[in-house]
Amino acid sequence: MNRFWAWLALAGGIAYFVLPLLGMTEFSLKMRRGVYSFDAYAKVLADPKFQETFTYSVVMALVTILFGVLLVVPTAYWVRLKLPRLRPYIEFITLLPLVIPAIVIVFGYIRLYNTSSWLPLTGSVTGTNALLMFGYATLSLPYMYRAVDTGLRTIDVSTLTEAAQSLGAGWITILARVILPNVLVAVLSGAFVTLAIVLGEFTMAALLNRPAFGPYMQLLGANRAYEPAALAVIAFAITWGCMALIQIVSRFAPKAPVNPH
Amino acid sequence: MTTQTPTATKSIMSRLPLNWLGVAPFAVFVTLFLFLPTMNIVIGAFQNPAGEFTLANIQGLNTPSIISAYWISIKISLASAILGCLVGFSVAAAVTLGGLPRWIRSPLLTFSGVASNFAGVPLAFAFLATLGPIGLVTVFLRTQIGIDLRSLGFNLLSFWGLTVTYLFFQIPLMILIITPALDGLKREWREAASILGATGFQYWRLVAFPILFPSLLGTLALLFANSFGAVATAIALTGSSLNIVPILLFAQIRGDVLGDPHLGYALAFGMIVVTGIANTIYIWLRARSERWLK
Repeated sequence: MNRFWAWLALAGGIAYFVLPLLGMTEFSLKMRRGVYSFDAYAKVLADPKFQETFTYSVVMALVTILFGVLLVVPTAYWVRLKLPRLRPYIEFITLLPLVIPAIVIVFGYIRLYNTSSWLPLTGSVTGTNALLMFGYATLSLPYMYRAVDTGLRTIDVSTLTEAAQSLGAGWITILARVILPNVLVAVLSGAFVTLAIVLGEFTMAALLNRPAFGPYMQLLGANRAYEPAALAVIAFAITWGCMALIQIVSRFAPKAPVNPH
Repeated sequence: MTTQTPTATKSIMSRLPLNWLGVAPFAVFVTLFLFLPTMNIVIGAFQNPAGEFTLANIQGLNTPSIISAYWISIKISLASAILGCLVGFSVAAAVTLGGLPRWIRSPLLTFSGVASNFAGVPLAFAFLATLGPIGLVTVFLRTQIGIDLRSLGFNLLSFWGLTVTYLFFQIPLMILIITPALDGLKREWREAASILGATGFQYWRLVAFPILFPSLLGTLALLFANSFGAVATAIALTGSSLNIVPILLFAQIRGDVLGDPHLGYALAFGMIVVTGIANTIYIWLRARSERWLK
């Protein structure tokens, strides 16, 4: 009896999740009347706007990942090595972007960095791009920090540091050639989450008026019928790809040592 | 080359708070791009255009349209959080305790990871293609079974439509968070309870539920905040036809639809307060639940 309810709960759950995926896939194939075809995909992929915005978002994602790694790895490493009592506070701060809605944060950016402020980032295209990148970095901070911090937990940070120092390594060498390779798997899984977030992000890019993939999807959705469904399938495939890559790289992660405490 | 010996350098290092320099980039970053922008909105909510302190903006929120926007937002968030908790819990319990084969677990958790990240604009498209006026399910029900969802009063661009859509990322999030908690229920507790003569229902009511309660309520708060701040899904789904807070704030930032910038700050401040309360509950209850589920 118990097992019957368990199967029923699972079946209900699966139906709810499969139907929308089926719905969007079916709809995306219906552009040509009467037969299934890939017309909607061909239309979307051939759209220069699609190529432009998608490239823009991919480049933004890569820059965000680079910035995030340069910011988070040294910080998490330093906190574990020298300032362990700061750890709960830093962790709390990194979770704040989950608490404060993105729309509020970007509203603050627009007010704080407008053309008449002390740091007029929104005054130029490069400045606005930089501001958007910092916004993306903020949004991905909870995932990036958590991933890297968990990765650092599995290695003995202080022993590695002392060993490297006694061989004459400086801080940059230690970070780049000792710590980073050891937490690479964790960094990669943080990077793939960041990629998924940036590619789908809508609010910040739309309010900062940047030609990113999220606002493009929204615009297409407001004006077309079949192409949005094709875009949704593509976006789902990308999300799925990012998560699959995380699963794959985490197979190679070192297992946490048995806790001596 | 310095003339100082390493020990001399070291003693200076330990006197000056140089250790703190290591977190300086991080501190600068979060100050510039997290704290200051948020504080700016909070302060702006309590200022008039001349920069003087005032409560008028907060009082200005007390108009029927803004109150109803908050109310609808809170209702949608609450409904999707409660349903997400219930369904997510049932599925997680079915997999961990319901005697389903072990191999279901890993794909389910992977899929939950994907689905909880599949939010925003594409999610809205998926639901439009499924439950929209010419969506897969709508058409199937109308032509094959003869149920017209529209005549039954269902509309995707409504309270229930938005709630059903939000559930797509709420349920997986619940599954991801609650599965470890369910795994933490020790078999010994159940055995001890049944040796003492407890029925299955009594075990759940008196042992399992009190232990899980903080995580359940905490996750509820997290799911609430999660859907309260969701902007992209709502805009892509409804355009601006549904009066909820994120959409209203989006329109306000775009074009000052309220006709008063400072009222916009107050609106944003209200969002911080609501998600802040929900997350405080989450963090507090999480700390409590970890005591048992270590």
